[in-house]
Amino acid sequence: MRQYTSFFRIHFLAGLQYRAAAFAGFFTQLFWGLMEVLLFRAFYRYAPERLPMDMQALSSYIWIQQGTLSIWNLFGWERELFQAVQTGSVAYELTRPTDLYAMWSARGLAGRLSKTMTRIIPVLVVSSLLPAPYGLRLTISFPVFLAFLFSMALTLWLCVAMCMLCYSLTFYMTDYRGIFTFVPAVAELLSGDLLPLPFFPPVLRKIAELSPFGSLQNVPLRIFGGDIGGVGILRAVGLQVFWCLCVTALGYALMNRGLRRAVIAGG
Amino acid sequence: MRLYWKFFSIHLKSEMAYPASFFLSCAGRLLLTINALAGIGLMIWRFGAIGDYTAGEVLLGFGVVMTAFNIAECFARGFDVFSKIVREGTFDRLVVRPRGLVFQVICQDMRMASLPNIVLGSLVILYGARASGIAWTVPKALVLLSMVACGSLLFFGVFLVYAALCFFTMEGLEFINIFTDGIRTFSQFPFDIYGKGVLFFTTAVMPMAMVQYWPLQYLMGKGRAIYGMFPVLSLWFLIPCWLAWRLGIRHYASAGS
Repeated sequence: MRQYTSFFRIHFLAGLQYRAAAFAGFFTQLFWGLMEVLLFRAFYRYAPERLPMDMQALSSYIWIQQGTLSIWNLFGWERELFQAVQTGSVAYELTRPTDLYAMWSARGLAGRLSKTMTRIIPVLVVSSLLPAPYGLRLTISFPVFLAFLFSMALTLWLCVAMCMLCYSLTFYMTDYRGIFTFVPAVAELLSGDLLPLPFFPPVLRKIAELSPFGSLQNVPLRIFGGDIGGVGILRAVGLQVFWCLCVTALGYALMNRGLRRAVIAGG
Repeated sequence: MRLYWKFFSIHLKSEMAYPASFFLSCAGRLLLTINALAGIGLMIWRFGAIGDYTAGEVLLGFGVVMTAFNIAECFARGFDVFSKIVREGTFDRLVVRPRGLVFQVICQDMRMASLPNIVLGSLVILYGARASGIAWTVPKALVLLSMVACGSLLFFGVFLVYAALCFFTMEGLEFINIFTDGIRTFSQFPFDIYGKGVLFFTTAVMPMAMVQYWPLQYLMGKGRAIYGMFPVLSLWFLIPCWLAWRLGIRHYASAGS
């Protein structure tokens, strides 16, 4: 266990090193959030009654979404790991007396958390200074906040597990770039990245919410905004746990099967 | 030019070497565009019209920027991977060859998976052009063409600045995404939707509204004829981009041995 925690620490600290990148990331996120809020503001002014979410909940959704980008972003996987499988340098990793799945998961978790740490505070501070319906919602009860944190942790787990599943799939393909673009594209729509899921027509919304992608950012962000509340929280978080377990198990099985079959060329 | 097509076909062939992966990449990139279209569709479905715009007019504006972006991305992809070229010292090899540097960088890499997007973008433009009910004349068609052409040149300029920055930072900077992916994403709707501040920024600083919002007003018959000239006027933007690139090259110190 200690080896994994120290591996986690190394990657966590490495992620904190790039201050310029963090700064650039902060500005990008701020710009993105601002543009989205401005866009929805236009619709809100045009016909507020047709907005499926309260404007305040929507703004909170957008700001937390921007602050926690690295947690749920499926685009944020590490090219190196794909290439390790493709070029065969994964063989070096296999000579170590550690479990590859756990090792890479620790790395993913560390990278995502350290990136989030450097961004979330400034984004949240700036957004909470914005005027009422466009800023971050600050009045939130303590139990709801705890539920939000727990759900966000599950999102992180699920996202890492999905990335691991994709890395595992590379063992069965010759080129990784296909998965690299395809999976995030599906996720962009179904996870509520492009547009919060309440904006979808009923059937599509149901499909998206039940799919594994709907258990990513969709749940914690809407818990925070107050859009999911009461028993809904339990149901949504339960579904998150279910998908976390499924995706992890599948990824783990596929990776180990892939490793057994893998033939590494070269000496 | 012949040399360029040679490179083009080489890149096409090399990407086709893994057909399954290539088609999946194409599908993925297409899906991103379809997502954006779905986003517009869902908003129109919910709100009927968007401000002063009909669905056709919105799609026309979106199609223009989307097509322009994908043209630029397909052909100027070399600048996107430029940080790698600088870090690995590959740039040295380019400097010693008897061809223009920009030309060589363009030939280094091309993103074939953007091609289907260009087709889709053109279809969106065609659909928007019909659905918007604009009475098309020859000058209006020319303005539409210039919107796409100048738009891709503007994106090309941004890529050039991005590459120039790599000479100084060695690492691609994320904030430049604001000008590439950001502008592309938010051009889903005409820029005035976002308010006066954004419209001013996209007119005076990064003149993407000059190929989308302003000429669209002319096409819709709401604006003065001079707005039709804005796409061409927006090309002033390329001058500072070019200067930045020159400055970057002068700053370049080889990393190799």
